[in-house]
Amino acid sequence: MRKTDVVVIGAGAVGCAVARELTKYKVNVLVIDKNEDVGGDASKSNSAIIHTGYDAAPETLESQLVVAANPMYDALTRDLDVPFKRIGAILPAITDEQFAQLPAIKEKAFRNRVYDVEYLSGAQLLEMEPNLNPAVKGGLYIPRESIIDPFIYVQALAENAYDNGAEFMLGTKVVGITTENGKVRSVQTTDGDVETKYVINCAGLYCDDIAAMVGKAEYEVVARKGQFYILDKNTSCQVRHIVLPIPTKITKGKLMCPTIHGNMLVGPTAEDQPSKTDKSTNAEGLESIARDVRNLVPNVNLRETITQYSGLRPNRKPEGLHFDMYDDLEGYVNLSGVRSTGLTLSVSMGKYVVQQMLYRGADFELKQDFIRKRKGIVKFCEQTPEKQDELIREDPRYGNIVCRCETVTEAEIVQAIRRPLGARSVDAVKRRVGAGMGRCHGGFCGPKVIEILSRELGVASEAICKNDPGSNMVTGKNRS
Amino acid sequence: MYTVKCDVAVVGAGPAGLAAAVAARENGAASVLVIERDSAPGGILQQCIHPGFGLTRYGEELTGPEYYSRFTEKAAALGVEYLLDSMVLDVDADGGKVVCVNGKYGVTCVEAGSVVLAMGCRERTRENIVIPGTRPAGLYTAGSAQRLINRQNIMVGKKVVILGSGDIGMIMARRMTLEGAEVVMVVELMDYLAGLTRNRVQCLDDFGIPLRLGHTITRIEGDKRVTGVYVAPVDENKKPILEKEEYVPCDTVLFSVGLIPENELTRKASIAVDGRTNGPTVNQYMQTTKPAVFACGNVVHVNDLVDNVSAESEQAGKYAARYAAGKFPSVQGEAVCTAGANVRYVCPQKVALSDEADNVTLYFRVLAPQRDVTLRVRCGDTVLAQKKEFRVNPGEMNSIAVNTADVAGGEIVVEVV
Repeated sequence: MRKTDVVVIGAGAVGCAVARELTKYKVNVLVIDKNEDVGGDASKSNSAIIHTGYDAAPETLESQLVVAANPMYDALTRDLDVPFKRIGAILPAITDEQFAQLPAIKEKAFRNRVYDVEYLSGAQLLEMEPNLNPAVKGGLYIPRESIIDPFIYVQALAENAYDNGAEFMLGTKVVGITTENGKVRSVQTTDGDVETKYVINCAGLYCDDIAAMVGKAEYEVVARKGQFYILDKNTSCQVRHIVLPIPTKITKGKLMCPTIHGNMLVGPTAEDQPSKTDKSTNAEGLESIARDVRNLVPNVNLRETITQYSGLRPNRKPEGLHFDMYDDLEGYVNLSGVRSTGLTLSVSMGKYVVQQMLYRGADFELKQDFIRKRKGIVKFCEQTPEKQDELIREDPRYGNIVCRCETVTEAEIVQAIRRPLGARSVDAVKRRVGAGMGRCHGGFCGPKVIEILSRELGVASEAICKNDPGSNMVTGKNRS
Repeated sequence: MYTVKCDVAVVGAGPAGLAAAVAARENGAASVLVIERDSAPGGILQQCIHPGFGLTRYGEELTGPEYYSRFTEKAAALGVEYLLDSMVLDVDADGGKVVCVNGKYGVTCVEAGSVVLAMGCRERTRENIVIPGTRPAGLYTAGSAQRLINRQNIMVGKKVVILGSGDIGMIMARRMTLEGAEVVMVVELMDYLAGLTRNRVQCLDDFGIPLRLGHTITRIEGDKRVTGVYVAPVDENKKPILEKEEYVPCDTVLFSVGLIPENELTRKASIAVDGRTNGPTVNQYMQTTKPAVFACGNVVHVNDLVDNVSAESEQAGKYAARYAAGKFPSVQGEAVCTAGANVRYVCPQKVALSDEADNVTLYFRVLAPQRDVTLRVRCGDTVLAQKKEFRVNPGEMNSIAVNTADVAGGEIVVEVV
């Protein structure tokens, strides 16, 4: 039987951050995920914002972790070579009723120790954001709300954990957890059993299913669907900040912001649904985005869209972020209620989890040789012509631009496939280097990416999938 | 940085770029360099292995490769040079410089007397037209599927629904059928065909493939690979009538829902782009708003016949050569072409009035199908040209010629009455 010290279930942002934190110690870590690629489910389809926690419920674990996490991102993204920008958020009040809510929102931010929230007048907001609804009466500016590349972020955590010795079992489902005398003993997977001392449940949407395997299903998780539009980089009406609506009693509402890639992101909806797998978009949801966001940015042009997607965020019932270890179940760590703030708090959660394990007597010994830094794939399109020239001389495949919309070269795609925990599918390539993420949406580069994947992985083109097994891109050869 | 000099630099070796390059050489340009991202010239025609090209120009039905071979052979005889496997990243419209990258030479700067843009167009996607549902494998634009099948020998699916009755969609309906797939139906939002009537006859009717006019796909289903789509008729506002929605099982959906001229380089070079054609604003010399930059083919406006592309591109090549040689007509003024009754756009958008009077072909598309009409060009109250047409369709481009000697300036109106 395979043996390890800690099994982390889930290779999303939280799972990978926990795994990375553990690799700072002399312990064997194994990350297991049902998906073929690291990156999770909710972690890869959200608004990609690193929050400040200004609007969290004060004195909760969520507030504590989000507020603590935000300042960590400057150094973390530098160390891990992750695209990150502190662009700031604005919260414009359009109606008198909304205007009246501003002091309470600012006061809540204070209680969450987010002291840098400022009041701005309507004129000041319009100067910062000319495409805002001209009826804006005033609003709040939250300077440290930031945007990140959510794909690269999780890949970077995973790759850095890997560099520090963590192992990964991807495309592998946990089907059971065996306990013995009130202690975790082993984990059963679709790819064999693993003996372990600890199990950390970072399964997000499925954390209730995992908890049920050890009889700790004290809650359930309902999928909350969020649909989004991504607009073309050249769209006529853009914003420079994260433009947030003032929340109502019913919903937090729909926002508009730039993505780290330079597109505009508009959404999300919030629809609870029984299915944990249905990630379809629907006409009603997409229409509601159009309707709502026009209150904030009247001229937003949703016709200039390059894609729409939906993500499922785990909605815990009863609500709230929970960290649990149990006296009657030694070695089991349960995280639940990780929702839309999960991307932000992943880094502080990683530290929190390990600290709590240490408090409870885990005998983890610090390593002296933890590798702090990870280098990403050099993006050809962001280099100066001199540097581009140099790259092409080192590797002529930098001179072959495969994705013309996003200017992604063959060299980048090959690296995405060849590096540790590399891409095995068309979507995995897209999430690493952006090929197919542009306005033609893979129309031109799709056939070439299939060819490169097939060549690099040494498999037939009909074996190449869009993402998980069964999503084969093509069906075979032509008639002979 | 590796630097090359030439009289005329052409961006793109598709049918437009090739015709422009040949014409440039024939009109006095000593050196013509065609920059192409693919490993061979021919552009999209390389994957168009069906016949139907060249009927107007040569009076015969050629395949795509046969059609462009006529130009590559001529280009070879004339000493046109290529820079293949090279992607253009930047055009300096005022300086006549084109920056491209190439695995062999690295970042390369082409310094030219004039530049011809011939980048062609891209396909509108499922995402552009916002069709809700899941995002499984098995969704292709018609052109991507055509590339996979005709150039990579790879079949994309077995049971196919095609959205959009554009020419590529209809041609792919036939192609998929010939490769053994079942094409369940072609669905078209409008109540008329988007492409050429001859393609409906030869590609759909002859193979018994149903065409559902006035219908659309309302939802896509399937978790990993597409498993089916919902198809519904639309009302007069093009909104689907959901009560009449029907489920159509399939493993592949092809989208042939329009082409968009690829003008990212053009915009980056601060060249004016017409909102109706999505291509650069040009005059009859195919000259853009930057005097040293010319444009032709689908990058200017989407054509349905390559024969028209060739004719228009020869103009671009000829005048680019004359510009590079300092022998460009001396322009005294210009007239603006505007779309009159039932006309969506006119190309060229401007007619330059110079010391050389010539015949200018105005290309245009109608807004809606119409029968027994007169195509008319007028300048004020003066009719410059008119002709009768039995029927006009948005899917089939129309053209009419005027002589610049008759144009006084101001506005030239093209109308269908």
